[in-house]
Amino acid sequence: MFEYAPAPESRAIVDLAPSYGLFIDGTFDPPSAGGGVFKTVNPASEEVLAEVSAAGAADVDRAVAAARRAFGPWSALPGAERAKYLFRIARIIQERSRELAVLESLDNGKPIKESRDVDLPLVAAHFFYYAGWADKLAYAGFGTTPLGVAAQVIPWNFPLLMLAWKIAPALAAGNTVVLKPAETTPLSALFFADICRQAQLPPGVVNIITGAGDTGRHLVEHPDVDKVAFTGSTEVGRQIAGSVAGTGKRVTLELGGKAANIVFEDAAIDQAVEGIVNGIFFNQGHVCCAGSRLLVQESVYDVVLDALKRRMATLRVGDPLDKNTDIGAINSAAQLSRIRALSDIGTAEGAERWSPPCDLPAEGFWFAPTIFTGVTQAHRIAREEIFGPVLSVLTFRTPDEAIEKANNTPYGLSAGIWSEKGSLILAVADRLRAGVVWANTFNKFDPASPFGGYKESGYGREGGRHGLEAYLA
Amino acid sequence: MPESSARLSVRKTYKLYIGGAFPRSESGRTYLVDGDNVALASRKDLRDAVTAARKAQPKWAGATAYNRGQVLYRVAEMVEGRRAEFVALGVPTAEVDAAIDRWVWYAGWSDKIAQVYGGANPVAGPYFNISAPEPTGVVGAVAPASFLGLVSVIAPAMVTGNTVVVLAAVPQVAVTLAEVLATSDVPGGVVNILTGRAAETAPWLASHDDVNALDLTGVDDPELATALERSAAGTLKRVLRPPAEPVDFAADPGLHPMTALLETKTVWHPKGY
Repeated sequence: MFEYAPAPESRAIVDLAPSYGLFIDGTFDPPSAGGGVFKTVNPASEEVLAEVSAAGAADVDRAVAAARRAFGPWSALPGAERAKYLFRIARIIQERSRELAVLESLDNGKPIKESRDVDLPLVAAHFFYYAGWADKLAYAGFGTTPLGVAAQVIPWNFPLLMLAWKIAPALAAGNTVVLKPAETTPLSALFFADICRQAQLPPGVVNIITGAGDTGRHLVEHPDVDKVAFTGSTEVGRQIAGSVAGTGKRVTLELGGKAANIVFEDAAIDQAVEGIVNGIFFNQGHVCCAGSRLLVQESVYDVVLDALKRRMATLRVGDPLDKNTDIGAINSAAQLSRIRALSDIGTAEGAERWSPPCDLPAEGFWFAPTIFTGVTQAHRIAREEIFGPVLSVLTFRTPDEAIEKANNTPYGLSAGIWSEKGSLILAVADRLRAGVVWANTFNKFDPASPFGGYKESGYGREGGRHGLEAYLA
Repeated sequence: MPESSARLSVRKTYKLYIGGAFPRSESGRTYLVDGDNVALASRKDLRDAVTAARKAQPKWAGATAYNRGQVLYRVAEMVEGRRAEFVALGVPTAEVDAAIDRWVWYAGWSDKIAQVYGGANPVAGPYFNISAPEPTGVVGAVAPASFLGLVSVIAPAMVTGNTVVVLAAVPQVAVTLAEVLATSDVPGGVVNILTGRAAETAPWLASHDDVNALDLTGVDDPELATALERSAAGTLKRVLRPPAEPVDFAADPGLHPMTALLETKTVWHPKGY
């Protein structure tokens, strides 16, 4: 085993203000009397990073009104002009990408290796991709009429990437937006607001309001909103789908998952093990499409589990800003207690728990990479989304059994297949009820590739030509 | 036996169409429509219909697109042969023509929709990445009150590989269409037609855990539509809302009646050797 010296990324590149207002109509303002303030902390140290505004109902009104005013001129701009604003934004993101990556790791807890090499490149690529659509909408097949004001609510697991998935297609199609980042990760969206100003985006086209669930509810239920786009839990997704009933608002929902990662006996085992690790431990398992149910063919169970445990023992858990860190901090105390509670239930229900020896820092929120073996389909850890670095291992004998077990969930967001046999992969991929299937790879994303779920993982697609459909009439 | 008496005609019994069979309502209820006793479907009938639709779905979705197209085209042939029956029920000749042509139009989509709506995605890496549409599963539909409207909700659901439970608003026409489907190589359970009161049965369809999508095209009461949409949110069903303006069913339907009932699956394959 190698010894590693600490290799911290400098946080000096990020200039944090002590407090942030709401970004409405091109300016940062303090919240109204009905709003408030809250603190956002670094989950790796529990250090307060900044004070952030909580938008009240009056602030939501103001933001929606600003977006409504901006909608007319913005949608009337030639597509080529809208495109150039988006290209500008993409370029500024590239130029400021290290700053944004460090900021994201500070506020979210994810390893700098991931924010720097995965999140930020994808954020910039997403804006580039949709920038190019803005003057080509007539070729996409969904009409060319924007919907109006889009209310967008995003989660804390990929704060800036989820912002890009929401804002880039909305703006390209000629809509204006009011976006609410997650309560625990508001900072990168506020920095994005500054990027909009730097790009000289017309005021009101993008409005960023911070806050908790109440702010999101006010926004989604606002009568002057034409479109709701939400990424988050299935529970909140149900509430939103119910609340927009009868309003005529268009909705897309990207919700939870409990993906099966299926390893067949003829798989390249070392590759598969890398894929299993990437599937569940990428971003601390805070991934809606995480491969959280490992289905291993019985004949290779022992060899896969041995290799997996050996590999897990080399994972480095710790300081998110250290360039060698594989697994960073759990995003919040609340999420940590949910992961702990479900893991305890896993043990109580009879599954066998294993983690490699692993020193966790004293401050902050941490959870060692964990696998459960002896898991049955009835166990809660096989049914419920844990949203943490916890893998449930099940076995199967035949492809039919693997497919049946993989589909035995109300979710249908993603799945993985590991095999060296092409025809097996294609046949199994056909029968998996999931919106994204990774064959001999996992957790790959691209702006050209549509993403979204079947069943209770939501509806609508983000990314690719399909992603425009949600923002055009 | 009197020599001169006219022959007494054999009347039709209007029953439900579930799983390829024509049962009466388990409730034993009928209601009178233009002098005919028509089966008044119950909640239990609806649940039976969903069970039949679910059972038929994997095989229908697994049939080749070419085969599904052939079956839909066969439906057009059968309606053509029975056009007099629909006219006798009061459907205008032009509407019967349009309904036949609609079956033919959708038949042709079976092996084209995936090419139009899906395709390869040029991702930035050594991957073959392809998106293809797949059926959402079991579709519940409240059909509009016309023959063409009825065909216009059933055909797009069918051709995309979904199975469907329809609450029909023109009962005799709907049952006659069911007789067409039953003699057109449509596997039992792919289309299930219930007659009765949508306001009574639709709420059970909207809340049913094993229904994937809800087509409200035929709902003309906005309050009922809102209640159904809210109920459908419980299992995150895909919802086709009732149109804001009255629909001209004679116009080109576009892709939306099909794409609204499709899921896009994207598969990534690495390239390398």
